[in-house]
Amino acid sequence: MADVTFTVDGKKLTAPAGTLLIEACKAAGIEVPAFCYYPHLAVQAACRMCTVRLEKVPKLQTACTTPVTEGMVVYTDTDEVRQARKATIELLLGNHPLDCPVCDKGGECELQDMTFKYGAGESKYVEIKQHRDEQQWSPVVYYDRPRCILCYRCVAVCGAGMDVWALAVESRGARSVIAPNGSDHLNCEECGMCIDICPVGALTSDTYRYHTRPWEMNHVATVCTHCGDGCKTTLGVRTAADGSEIIRGNNRDKSGMNGDFLCIKGRYAFDFANHTERLTKPLVRQADGKLAPVSWEEALDFAARGLREARDAKGGKAIGVIGSNRTTNEENYLLQKFARSVLGTNNIDHHRTADYAAFAAALKGHAGREASLRDFVTAPAILLLGNDPTEQHPALAWQLRTNVRLNHARIYVANHRDIKLRRQAKAAVTLPQTGYAQFVEYLAGKDGAFKGDDATAAFRNAVKKEESLLIAFGSEFRGRDIQALVAFGLSLPNVKFACLGDYANSRGAADMGVLPDLLPGYVPVDKAAQFAGEYGNSLPAEPGLDLVQMFDAAGRGELAAMYVVGANPVARYGIDAAALKDTFLVVQDMFLTETAVLADVVFPAANLYEKAGTVTNTYGDLQLVKKAADKAGTRADFELIVRLAEKMGAAPKSMVPFGRGVRADVGQTRGAQSGEADRHAVWLVAHHLELKLSPFDPFAIFDEIQRLVPAYNVPRLNLLAGNDEHLKSELVQIDTGATRRDMVLPANDGLYTSGTLGNYSAKLKEVLASHTTVTKPAETAAD
Amino acid sequence: MPRLVSHPDEVKITSRRFGLGATDIEKYIALDGYKAVQAAIAKGPEWIIAEMKASGLRGRGGAGFPTGLKWSFVPKQSEKPKYVLVNGDESEPGTCKDHLIFLYDPHAVIEGTMIAGIAIGAKLGFIYLRGEYRYLLKIMEKAVADAYAKGFLGKNIFGSGIDFDVVTQTGAGAYEVGEESALMESLEGKRGVPRIKPPFPAVVGLYGGPTVINNAETIASVPHIMLMGGEAYAKLGTERNGGTRLFGISGHVERPGVYELPMGYNLKKAIYDVAGGIRGGKKLKAVVPGGSSTPVMTADEIDVGLDFDQMGKAGTMLGSGGIVVLDETVCIVEFALRTIQFYQHESCGWCIPCREGTDWLKKSIGRLHAGGAVDKDIDNIRYLAENMLGRTFCPLGDAAAMPTIGFVQKFRKEFEDHLNGKGCPYKHAREEEAALV
Repeated sequence: MADVTFTVDGKKLTAPAGTLLIEACKAAGIEVPAFCYYPHLAVQAACRMCTVRLEKVPKLQTACTTPVTEGMVVYTDTDEVRQARKATIELLLGNHPLDCPVCDKGGECELQDMTFKYGAGESKYVEIKQHRDEQQWSPVVYYDRPRCILCYRCVAVCGAGMDVWALAVESRGARSVIAPNGSDHLNCEECGMCIDICPVGALTSDTYRYHTRPWEMNHVATVCTHCGDGCKTTLGVRTAADGSEIIRGNNRDKSGMNGDFLCIKGRYAFDFANHTERLTKPLVRQADGKLAPVSWEEALDFAARGLREARDAKGGKAIGVIGSNRTTNEENYLLQKFARSVLGTNNIDHHRTADYAAFAAALKGHAGREASLRDFVTAPAILLLGNDPTEQHPALAWQLRTNVRLNHARIYVANHRDIKLRRQAKAAVTLPQTGYAQFVEYLAGKDGAFKGDDATAAFRNAVKKEESLLIAFGSEFRGRDIQALVAFGLSLPNVKFACLGDYANSRGAADMGVLPDLLPGYVPVDKAAQFAGEYGNSLPAEPGLDLVQMFDAAGRGELAAMYVVGANPVARYGIDAAALKDTFLVVQDMFLTETAVLADVVFPAANLYEKAGTVTNTYGDLQLVKKAADKAGTRADFELIVRLAEKMGAAPKSMVPFGRGVRADVGQTRGAQSGEADRHAVWLVAHHLELKLSPFDPFAIFDEIQRLVPAYNVPRLNLLAGNDEHLKSELVQIDTGATRRDMVLPANDGLYTSGTLGNYSAKLKEVLASHTTVTKPAETAAD
Repeated sequence: MPRLVSHPDEVKITSRRFGLGATDIEKYIALDGYKAVQAAIAKGPEWIIAEMKASGLRGRGGAGFPTGLKWSFVPKQSEKPKYVLVNGDESEPGTCKDHLIFLYDPHAVIEGTMIAGIAIGAKLGFIYLRGEYRYLLKIMEKAVADAYAKGFLGKNIFGSGIDFDVVTQTGAGAYEVGEESALMESLEGKRGVPRIKPPFPAVVGLYGGPTVINNAETIASVPHIMLMGGEAYAKLGTERNGGTRLFGISGHVERPGVYELPMGYNLKKAIYDVAGGIRGGKKLKAVVPGGSSTPVMTADEIDVGLDFDQMGKAGTMLGSGGIVVLDETVCIVEFALRTIQFYQHESCGWCIPCREGTDWLKKSIGRLHAGGAVDKDIDNIRYLAENMLGRTFCPLGDAAAMPTIGFVQKFRKEFEDHLNGKGCPYKHAREEEAALV
């Protein structure tokens, strides 16, 4: 729309016609306070805080409902306006309990800030305040009714934002309260958006309430460790007896791709880090067959010796390595480098949740065709094939809903299930569970491939008419099906794709070559010349064993050693413990998982919230992970891999090229309470190394990644500034050749599960239990 | 059934069929019923709107917006269906005129709805009665059924090729839904809170369609205007205030009741002549002239014509035409308390100034009436009301604030008489009176 010029407090401003005055003022740095107004949610005009004086208009007007017009003259800070705001706050404080000293929100409360600003410091009312008891609505949501100022933001975000509609206003007038849909409890997705959006301390979370004051925390912006969406989250961290603990997950700066959104896992499921079963001492299996705690050096020596003996006696082919979906890119990269150059094996794999390799191969020669998570909130049309984003990719679902709500985006859903996003879909088709490939053939024009009806035909026509389309597909698509889908997509104008996989860095594990046949950047192992040059070793050129083959080999007694980093394949793949009885097993994990319990050595590892590095979400958005928490007794996987390599005889410098002129980022790796610096210093001095860049610094290896995986060569400053960087150039440079086994095993996590990690999140388990408990019908009285 | 009153000064237009059995459709037809709609069909929308404009009819709900003008705002072309909506959510204390219309002349409402529908090109009309008028719903429903049976409603009405349907609905007992946009929310099955305006109902109304929403009396006046002509109707009243109006005179008068008087009729005459003066020859203390939300007038201020403009000039409002007369035995503080109790109870709670303001006004005035206040509290009450005025989402906040400001402004002495533990000075007199009864 055309720009209009108007005057606010004497300043000449310009904004597109129709812009809400409150937004136009904000853009110009003029604060117009509001409680009920929230950007991108429906205007409510209920709190009356944003009243301003418009010239030639008799009454004060609400800035949240007034669009700017040409020549409009506005005053936002006159005595009259200030008085109106003060009076409104006085009214709110009339019934407010003023329990600020103990309120969670104290210190970051919008009502406090407004009271401070407008000086409603005197109480005009002497009558007794209305009191109502606090309510617990769910395992995570509490509602302190007297604190509520009835701004209805929670109602709006739950309804329009989440499409859950679990909140509403009950009763009327001064007796109005917010009420949950289950009368006394919530029946919802437990996302906690209502808590996040609450301007006061009325809605609080079980994980945070009465735990601390906001100013006692450090706020560290990092990336959620759970699903593949990679939401930016701000962790509230406080010093604890054994390091520093996370006590809150929220979305403070809202600068991430996820915008306002965080789901239950991002918000509450950080508690695994403080689980009582967390390992804090290295364990080594003793002569009596039991695992017992030993010193770090002893454990490292023991593990290195076992791996070295296996390599020296039987060769790299007798060693297997399993990487993680939740470690950083740097760790994944280092792990495969360690496997290939130190252990001498291509037997490396991870739990694959999507066929990223096939996806990357299909996009060879088509740079910029991968959709960022950000694209989903602006794209005019989206074709969603398979997957259930509401459960598996909550941030994607949020983006899609928001896009439909704000931009009337057209969503086309083809799924074998009745997924919730159908409610936002312009058209939806139900497919047989195995009918996805046929449906794509049908979309591409092969009528006989899929038995369609008029609705299916209309669906196809509508999709084909789109001038710009995003195609997101789930793990229903693998290998050749992905190839066919991409080929179909590329036949349409302006198409971008997204391959939906399950965990925080599943994508990174694949991109970084934690695969038996592909090196970082999907370079086939037999075309590894460039890597051999960099690694300075002769690398194994034969594709290695995949994850299942490794366990088969172990069962046959052919796998002498196995190194598992941050994974639990025994539980995930239902491996028989007996299969590993002759294998020397080294495991790095937070817990004594089903896999770790079988190990000969277990190293207590730090999790993604306790380390630095980068991760890549399933859309190819690269983000910085910052160290937030710290758990005494644990170490980052990165450090452990370097130490093992060194103990096996590799020069640390060959593993982590920290001496090659890499300067940046010292300090990035260390959280505020980190004790790492001291540890590093001791080790560095002992090895006659410079202090300026630690070999345990993941960024020391990032240069190498950027060099060897050109797609990762993104602007580094922006990344380090905490912004997401979408991978723009194509990943695959060299033809990956023959058809591969895709080995995809979808995690099938829902909103309240998160693989092994979910098992150690008490909060997730509690919510899960509360959501699966079938309410028993009330007992009928016996006659 | 209420006792009908009458006075020679009355000009019976809208009330002319009251008491004549017009709930019976045959009787209604005999009394010129359904002639107006046929004339309207014959002459077409432009003629209807021109006559309405000429009539000077202003909305009888209380805001007094010119009806013809309102109808003319409805866009001729609309993708969404257009609707006519009759606001029978008569809830303003002191007001009971629509009640009589539903009771005695339900077909006039139906006929008026049809004419409005023809004027704007709507095919569906809703007649919305307040929840407490559920017992009148039967009468309305029977009238609608009879009109259908006669073929007056439904397909091809009066052979015109026009289809028109009428649906009745009641509220659930909220004053707030008398506000037009809240009424539409309620009718749509949602919580009865008002909508943000603009857009106004004429553009985006019920179910998102262009909607004309008029008070029941306004709608019931329409057939008469069609029959007598807009100009003739206008001449009955004063300038810019056409026609007649149903005034409900209640309180301490000898002959309380609903009287149809020409617009501009003198308020003092209405009280002393039409309604027979103050009961028992007592002294007049105050008049609330147009429903409880209008600012109070003292006995000295009532020599004024009852139309929107003259009342506005007098510093109050014509409002809903519910004139409440208070004699010297009334405690103004208690009356203010009763008034604010109503608004506190009826505030929908959507916006802060109204939700919290009415609550604290009720508490503060209640405490003052009981003697628990000091001088500063009177200022606080006024401060509170003044800070509600013009700040709320819908006019309910003003409706609570305006009378409160009026009471404090004009009867401050009575407030002061309650202070510092003294309590209500009228309590004794009132108790004596109660004992006599």
